[in-house]
Amino acid sequence: MSLNEFLSMGGYGTYVWSSYGISALVLFINVIQPVLRERKTVRELQKRFQTMQQHQPDSKS
Amino acid sequence: MKLPRWIHQFGSPKYFYELSLWLSRWVAIVCVICFVCGLYGGLVLAPADYQQGDSFRIMYIHVPSAWMSLFIYMVMAVAGGIGLIWRIKLAEIVARSSAPIGASFTFLALVTGAIWGKPMWGTWWVWDARLTSELILLFLYLGYIALQSAFEDRRVAARAGAILALVGIVNIPIIHYSVEWWSTLHQGPTITKMDKPSIHLSMLIPLLFMVLAFKTFFISTLLIRARSEILEYECNASWVKQLLGSNNVTK
Repeated sequence: MSLNEFLSMGGYGTYVWSSYGISALVLFINVIQPVLRERKTVRELQKRFQTMQQHQPDSKS
Repeated sequence: MKLPRWIHQFGSPKYFYELSLWLSRWVAIVCVICFVCGLYGGLVLAPADYQQGDSFRIMYIHVPSAWMSLFIYMVMAVAGGIGLIWRIKLAEIVARSSAPIGASFTFLALVTGAIWGKPMWGTWWVWDARLTSELILLFLYLGYIALQSAFEDRRVAARAGAILALVGIVNIPIIHYSVEWWSTLHQGPTITKMDKPSIHLSMLIPLLFMVLAFKTFFISTLLIRARSEILEYECNASWVKQLLGSNNVTK
C-alpha cells in the first residue's frame, strides 16, 4: 500500500482524517490543560507557604 | 448506613494524592501503548468495509467516544451521589473533574458521528432519537460545568451539581436503547451482541484497543485533574504544607 493510497482512504480521506484530526486536538487539550493547571497550583501554593514561613520563621525549623 | 473503614481511608485526600502520583503515570503508559496498537490496527491492518469502504475507520474514535460519554456520565453521577450522601470530599472532586473530560468525549462522539454521517447517510445531522439524546447529554455536561462555576463555595457547587447529574441519569438508558425503541438512521448495536458480534475479528481487536486507550486516557487525566483539586481543597491541611513547604522545593 502506498502512502498516497493510505492518505486517500479510498476517497474518504477528508472525512477520516478530519475526524482523527479533531479528536487528536481535543485529546491534546485534555492532556495539556490539567498538566499546566497542576503546575500552576503547585507553584502558587509553594509561593504562599514560603511567604507564610518568612512571616513566622520559628514555626518550623 | 455506615461505610467500611477502608473506603474512608481510600477517600482520604492525602492517601489518594500519593497513590495518584504513580498511578496516573503507569495508566498513561498503558494508554499510549493501546493508542499505538489501536491506531495501527484500525488505520493500517484492518481491511476496508465491504459496504462503507474506508469511511468505517471513523468508528475507531466514534464508538469509544460515545461509550466513554455514557461511562463518564455514570462515574460523575455516582461519585456525585456518594459525595451527596456521605460527604466524602474525594467523591465530589472525582465528579467535578470528570465533567470536562465527559463533555469532550460527548463532543467528539457528536462531531465524528456527523463527519461519518455525511458520506454514509448523506447528511451531517438528523433530529432522530440517538443523535438528539446524545446532544442532550452534551447539554447536561455543560450545565453541570456552568453550575460548578456559579457557586463560590465548592461544596455547595458539588451538591448542586450532584443533584443535576442524578436527575440527568434518566437520559442514559434513553441514549442506549434509542436505536431499539425508535426507528432511526443510526445503526443498531454490533459489538455488544456478545453471543455473536456482527463484526470481524480483524476489525474488532483494534476497536477494543481504542476502547481501552480511551478508558485509560480518562483515568490518567482524571487523576491529574483531581490532584489540582485536592491541593486547592486542602491548601490549609498540614500534609499539603509539608509536601509543598519551602523545605521541599524541588520543581
